[in-house]
Amino acid sequence: MTAMLDVRGLTVDFTGQRPHRAVDGVDLALAPRERLAIVGESGSGKSQLLLACIGLLAANGRAAGSVRFDGNELLDGADAAARVRGSGIGFVFQDAGGSLTPHRRIGEQMVEVALARRGTSKRDAAGAALDMLERVRLPDPAGTLARYPHELSGGMRQRVAIALALVARPRLLFADEPTTALDVTVQAEVMALMAELCDGLGMALVLVTHDLGVVAALADRIAVMYAGRIVEEGTASALLSHPAHPYTAGLLASVPRLSGATGGELPTIAGQPPAPGMTFAGCRFEPRCPRSAEPCRVTDPPLEARAAVRVACHFPAGSERAR
Amino acid sequence: MSSGLWREAFVQLREERLAMACAALLAVLALAAIAGPPLLDYRADEIDWAHMAVPPLEAAGHWLGTDRLGRDLLVRTLHGLRVSLAIALAATFVALVIGVAWGALAGYKRGRIDAWMMRFVDVLYSLPQVFFVIILTVVFGRSPLTILVAIGAFGWLTMARIVRGQALALRERDFVEAAVVGGASTARIVWRHIIPNLMGPVIVYATLTLPQVILVESFLSFLGIGIQEPLASLGNLIADGAAEMETAPWMLVVPASCLMLVVFCFNFLGDSLRDALDPRDR
Amino acid sequence: MNGGLTVRDVVVTYPRGEAGRTLLTAVDSVSFSLAPGEILGLVGESGCGKSSLGRAILGLVPLAGGAIQWQGRRIDTLSRHAFRAIRGELQLVFQDPNACLDPRMTIADSVGEPLRSLEPGLPPAARTARVSGILDEVGLPASLTVRYPHQLSGGQLQRAVIARALVVNPRLVVCDEPVSALDVSVQGQIVNLIGRIRRDRGLACLFISHNLAVVANLAERVLVMYCGRIVESGARQSLLGAPLHPYTRLLIDSVPDADPVRARRLLARHASPAAQPPVTAAAGCPFVSRCTLAVDRCRTLMPPLRDFGQGRHVACHRADEWRDGLPTSLPD
Repeated sequence: MTAMLDVRGLTVDFTGQRPHRAVDGVDLALAPRERLAIVGESGSGKSQLLLACIGLLAANGRAAGSVRFDGNELLDGADAAARVRGSGIGFVFQDAGGSLTPHRRIGEQMVEVALARRGTSKRDAAGAALDMLERVRLPDPAGTLARYPHELSGGMRQRVAIALALVARPRLLFADEPTTALDVTVQAEVMALMAELCDGLGMALVLVTHDLGVVAALADRIAVMYAGRIVEEGTASALLSHPAHPYTAGLLASVPRLSGATGGELPTIAGQPPAPGMTFAGCRFEPRCPRSAEPCRVTDPPLEARAAVRVACHFPAGSERAR
Repeated sequence: MSSGLWREAFVQLREERLAMACAALLAVLALAAIAGPPLLDYRADEIDWAHMAVPPLEAAGHWLGTDRLGRDLLVRTLHGLRVSLAIALAATFVALVIGVAWGALAGYKRGRIDAWMMRFVDVLYSLPQVFFVIILTVVFGRSPLTILVAIGAFGWLTMARIVRGQALALRERDFVEAAVVGGASTARIVWRHIIPNLMGPVIVYATLTLPQVILVESFLSFLGIGIQEPLASLGNLIADGAAEMETAPWMLVVPASCLMLVVFCFNFLGDSLRDALDPRDR
Repeated sequence: MNGGLTVRDVVVTYPRGEAGRTLLTAVDSVSFSLAPGEILGLVGESGCGKSSLGRAILGLVPLAGGAIQWQGRRIDTLSRHAFRAIRGELQLVFQDPNACLDPRMTIADSVGEPLRSLEPGLPPAARTARVSGILDEVGLPASLTVRYPHQLSGGQLQRAVIARALVVNPRLVVCDEPVSALDVSVQGQIVNLIGRIRRDRGLACLFISHNLAVVANLAERVLVMYCGRIVESGARQSLLGAPLHPYTRLLIDSVPDADPVRARRLLARHASPAAQPPVTAAAGCPFVSRCTLAVDRCRTLMPPLRDFGQGRHVACHRADEWRDGLPTSLPD
């Protein structure tokens, strides 16, 4: 099986006033039509990972390693990434509604994207725009084309932003925290919509989020990132039912649940994520880990296959020392 | 008011070599204007009968030549710079204080108070500055103080408008609402929250106002309604030099170049300051 | 009731449209009371008016109708100046910690500012002691307090915001979406902190959120708001276990769940058209456009908030038909 997206040894460094390494050696592979969720807290590097793949890093960011899309290297330093945006890889940002130009009508913006990428005629582009607005289930697609972004609600703007990302029919969609700014009811709807679109358009999906609860329905595979590294990766069902890494277990436990609403304390992960630029001796998660022991302070555990998952931990669940 | 944000802005400014060169040049010029004249051989009004209208570097001790009356041009230019800079700094300072206070209060209060305050600004704006200066000088005489008041009276208007716009935006920010919830009075909110957060644009505008003031004052003096003898600003010197343009061009070139240099440096510094202070959000 | 907060038929409107001629009713005749030391949860989506209600309680927006009483006195009619006298008793924790802290003030200065405004007679040494004390209480290390907001993480900032709200020892704190802007893994820490502080100090608290799971953890009583009206209220257990309003049912079903099986069922249930922003001017129940159980009466008549006994109130014409609560509409 040839991977659609093949990431090997990707590192992202930032220069300038606070030089630091945001992504520290990540390997990932994505098959066509597969849905991968990358989960981690703020500062884990998950957003930078996506931005590096499509060449949208800030000016002081440097990506190294290899990112292959359908066999073509995107990190060749010669705009390969720019060519693949739109028709190859679509991108939905966190505050996607904010990525809509406020003073232009929605139809104009969508047609512009459709035209630039597919070399289609204006009529085709207008048709593609209308079709995509219907697919994202907006109540009045034709009317929406004529509106300005501020005339729509937040949830509807998010749908428009998704439509904008898809109007050039990419085969892979990157979504960076697409539901974080939304209400829970709207979150659920947008997640359902993305699942439907991926099925309908035969798209693969890489979804970045800090909320494990949100990905459970959508993801085939999940990769958990901490401090720039992947610490656990595997199928969604395996990872969610039997998390091997204590950080994954902690993330899972900290999703607020209705069933636990008894007034007791919510489970949390002690401490907080490391600041960018911190250096570590040994495992990065060790200061917050309930299972930490001497080897954890000394050696950084490598990412290794173990049963159904890959995990970077000296004492993953199921081993002797783990509780 | 020094904060990590200012420090980072100045660190970024340090990287801009041309901006730093301008700042250094301004510092050198200011130092020369203040401390230079006592170190030179000649006084500003000292007449050297032997060397009248002499080009630069021809007579000993007269590095930049002399004027028609045999006065050393270097010393005169430095004195002129002193006068011009002093008036410009004072007028800009007055404009800053009045403009910031006026605009911040109007922008924060909104409603009727804002409307009246800005109507007043609009009325003053419509008055022709030059005529006003002429009237003032006719009534109060051509002292530097009069010139300062005349220029300052108009300089604060644009500042007030800019500050009001910034204040209008700032008052909607959450931390201003938080200050209200915390029981802060209007005075405290304007002083501790509104004004510090608009100092960025204010400082930039002040560094761009200063050269404008110099030019206005120079123009007035050039026209003969500004600074009066025996004090001489760069404008006066330029006026004298313009009259001798064909026979003794250095009399015009020296003070004019000095003026251009100062104005350019302030403008460039102001531009770079704006870049350094603007993208401060991570 | 003395000693607590009483909100009676409160209406808050905003001007909209050209020259502000049309009025948007953000809060439409809401009533509830909050006893001293009690924590009440308020749940609803963006735009349902819950933030406007919170701000109205704190005198930040004027009322277009109704009354708000605090400790027996009407506070909605107080001028901005007169309200300052009671600012020390009523405080607000904001949603976005990055926005509600002055970027040019150190954390210590921001936290201490209410003391300067409301207790000006306090000597500087005592003020510093109070600030240190409250920072300790919220778990912020002293080394962080000389830093600026952009140097702290979201969780740390929110702790600072809570500290600022508590430094004047208020009796009532309105928490407006205090964890919505934070990572899920940090939300628990802040929720636990708020719960603990409230218990230790006996504070009355109105906890506003769009996530029912977060609210349900802290609050014993919950109000559900939709389009400016209370549509359901009751004790936590009975509301969650047997919801009587279709919107409450929708909220419960929308809570993200990390169980893949249940989550996929949730997905299937939500494959529906995008919700229209509710039209507030129409007669009838505002939820009718999204309600799967609506009948004709729902479109023409606004359902009143009725008392169902045991502290339960519901605004739904058909609620009598399912007195044991609406079952989940998730397919099995």
